[in-house]
Amino acid sequence: MTRKLVVIGAGMASGRALEHLLETAPGAFEITLFNAEPRGNYNRIMLSPVLSGEKSFEEIVTHDDDWYATNNVRCRFGEKVLKVDRDRKVVVGEKGEVPYDTLIFGTGSAPFIIPLPGHDLPGVVAYRDLEDTNAMIDVSATPGAKAVVIGGGLLGLEAAAGLRLRGMDVTVLHIASHLMERQLDAAAGYLLKKDLEKRGINVILEASTEEIVGDGKVERVNLADGTVLDADIVVMAVGIRPAVTLARDSGLDCGRAIKVDAQMRTSDPDVYALGECVEFEGNLFGLVAPLYDQAKVLAATLTGTDAAFVMKELSTKLKVTGCDLFSAGDFAEGDGREDIVYRDPARGIYKRLVIEDDRLIGAVMYGDTGDANWFFGLIKDGTDVSDMRDTLIFGPAYQGGGSADPLSAVAALPLDAEICGCNGVCKGTIVDAIEGGATDLGALRAVTKASASCGTCTGLVEQLLEVSLGDAFEKPAAQPICTCCELSHEDVRRLIKSQELKSQEAVWQELGWKTVNGCHVCRPAVNFYLLADWPLDYHDDPQSRFVNERNHANIQKDGTYSVMPRMWGGMTTPEELIAIAEAAKKYDATVKVTGGQRIDLLGVKKEDLPAIWADLNGAGMVSGHAYTKGLRTVKTCVGSDWCRFGTQDSTGLGIQLEKRLWGSWTPHKVKLGVSGCPRNCAEATCKDVGIICVDSGYQVGVAGAAGMDVKETERLVDVTSEEAAIEWTVAFVQLYRENAKYLDRPYKWVAKVGLEWVKDVLSDEAERKALVERFDVSQSVYQTDPWAERADPEAARMFQPLADLSLKAAE
Amino acid sequence: MSWIDIGALADVPVRGARLVRTAKGCVAVFRTDEATVFATADACPHKGGPLSEGIVHGQKVTCPLHNRVFDLNTGRAQGGDSEQVATYRLRVEEGRILLDTTALSRRTAA
Repeated sequence: MTRKLVVIGAGMASGRALEHLLETAPGAFEITLFNAEPRGNYNRIMLSPVLSGEKSFEEIVTHDDDWYATNNVRCRFGEKVLKVDRDRKVVVGEKGEVPYDTLIFGTGSAPFIIPLPGHDLPGVVAYRDLEDTNAMIDVSATPGAKAVVIGGGLLGLEAAAGLRLRGMDVTVLHIASHLMERQLDAAAGYLLKKDLEKRGINVILEASTEEIVGDGKVERVNLADGTVLDADIVVMAVGIRPAVTLARDSGLDCGRAIKVDAQMRTSDPDVYALGECVEFEGNLFGLVAPLYDQAKVLAATLTGTDAAFVMKELSTKLKVTGCDLFSAGDFAEGDGREDIVYRDPARGIYKRLVIEDDRLIGAVMYGDTGDANWFFGLIKDGTDVSDMRDTLIFGPAYQGGGSADPLSAVAALPLDAEICGCNGVCKGTIVDAIEGGATDLGALRAVTKASASCGTCTGLVEQLLEVSLGDAFEKPAAQPICTCCELSHEDVRRLIKSQELKSQEAVWQELGWKTVNGCHVCRPAVNFYLLADWPLDYHDDPQSRFVNERNHANIQKDGTYSVMPRMWGGMTTPEELIAIAEAAKKYDATVKVTGGQRIDLLGVKKEDLPAIWADLNGAGMVSGHAYTKGLRTVKTCVGSDWCRFGTQDSTGLGIQLEKRLWGSWTPHKVKLGVSGCPRNCAEATCKDVGIICVDSGYQVGVAGAAGMDVKETERLVDVTSEEAAIEWTVAFVQLYRENAKYLDRPYKWVAKVGLEWVKDVLSDEAERKALVERFDVSQSVYQTDPWAERADPEAARMFQPLADLSLKAAE
Repeated sequence: MSWIDIGALADVPVRGARLVRTAKGCVAVFRTDEATVFATADACPHKGGPLSEGIVHGQKVTCPLHNRVFDLNTGRAQGGDSEQVATYRLRVEEGRILLDTTALSRRTAA
């Protein structure tokens, strides 16, 4: 006897289920198929090639009219199901009722639309069905049309790539700090972003969309930071929601989606569900592989065979031609988990394997995914990989064979093989130079220029030295930045400049970091190098800063903070003193006069910081940066204003210098002193920059210290005007910012590079002025009062605890 | 288990941390990447440094006072330091962070 089967929804899951059913039990069912879209089954995941023009819609149809006709499937396409009456066992469509013995929900999911202002304007589309795809294709026909894609996940990026291939100007807005954050780690996300940008797709991360604007149709998208993007179409691809309204209204047990058991049965034994509309053991489904498994189980169940659905590992690939990306399993770090990371900066390749208990549990790869299926198999099968661990990352081709020796590879290179791409130096030239006596890297660089520019070939050049010299070669023991990386601080600085690396992810990837995102030693250093070199492109990262710089106050041993307002050149007023005193009383602070001519308020609680700053701001004071690797104080004496020996206005010069230099970030703290005469009451001769005023002008000294080491300044220059003294000081500070190793005070840095070199550079007037100009560009971004910035309620909220459960009972 | 909603995932910066006050002392809530969170007692066993103010790297945190490094999964200090800090269970649901307060109350009984 034939059973009446009604299927609601002609998606990929239900389509596959019908195929299985008709194969194993042809004629057993009288099938009616409802679909809200006016067409039957097609391969929805191939909409991306349709959008990009690489395929036509006809090519992705899986079941055409003939198929339905041959298999006697009654199609009710374009007709919505109004309700399901389970008591009478009928499905009520817009054009009448259909009775069922067995019912299948394949209602899938609906795109999630963020209810931003303007989300309902014509021209805002989701990326879900052929209608959306066609709407995008239509808009792209207009020359110069602009698209904004909200969402940097799989779907959003496929939409963006498709629109770009159709010649549109495309911007992707993504709320997280890297693309596809659910599937990729930050390093792979960086490579993906770089690839997309190479294709001309603009990517804005951490984008907060405020509203979509337009008169009658979409015209613009406004971001919270004030950015305005013109748009002829806005694609929202931020996620999907299971379509469960119909099921819920018919009284089926639903959680986030329709609850099913391992046989895909709902709470009603005659009703089944599969695909994106189901919830199984708390899981929802968005990828196609488990949907096909569900289809198999459902068909088996309906034909009386035992089958059960089980959750499996999933993998992801991005269907953007030329973007090779693969992600599978669990790639988070964890206890007992070990990472094997392989980076090839020049080829844009990144592979990361996560191993736990000698088994591969996760893999992310970018740029070369040829072995992805093999790795995925190891994950799914839980294979013991301990025997092949050392060559695992090189893929199946290397299993069972010996590991390659890099030296023999270099030895085998022909003499005309190019080693240094920047300078066009081939192996023969280098070997000749070595035989001619250039037996270390420095000499080779000087003689041949090999590895002297971007430095990526340094390893190869060293191997050539090793091959040519054998045991006579001693690898230079440059102190690496930390254990995350083999490069020295100086190399990292040089490579950031020469390779124009402008983000932390770029540094980790291109310079071969061995950890996922650095450590507490290298991150603050890299953060500083990036902002010093690219003040306009790079954004300071608070999470790579030591607590004092993140909270803009000095942490003390009991976890309280100290607060210190600026006193320009050590000057203050009765009004400021009253405000400081009142703040000290209000926040119960201890008052201390510091060695840098300022007043320190000690013992302030973290959550009180924004409030005490607001009070001090209100009296006209700004942060004294007593906590930064930046300008601290400019100590002065009273100079010619009051002192009978004072030769120049040392207080005024100190104030001018402090106003010019405050707020700048430097490799370490910087302190200045200006004394009005050689009696040196401001102790200027043990500062990073110390100026002694004399009758004939100003003696500028640098590289003094009065900390761990005590050291007198060395004379940099004598000048006759305040302007010249300021210009030399600013240029010196900028030279230090651009060249020194992070956490080297100026005296240490000058000892390394030599005062003569510093003098030579700064004596060149053009170079001196250029340094000053670069300093001022940086100040245009960074000279802001951090106290005032954190006075707004949203910023201040971050200083409060996330939650306070102390008043609740702890049980 | 006793899960309490302590706030939105978005309120904890990526590679950062926030503090939760409880009757039994402060808990530091860390977010190591877009979706992964951890919780430990806030005080470093060495000299009580607030771990919620440390630099978060990989799934580790460095105490801001004297650079002890702790694995957020186990609470164990790295290298030769034998200290251990208490860890607590968290989960993220619909963008909210839920803290299992069972261990916190068990500490009361101990």
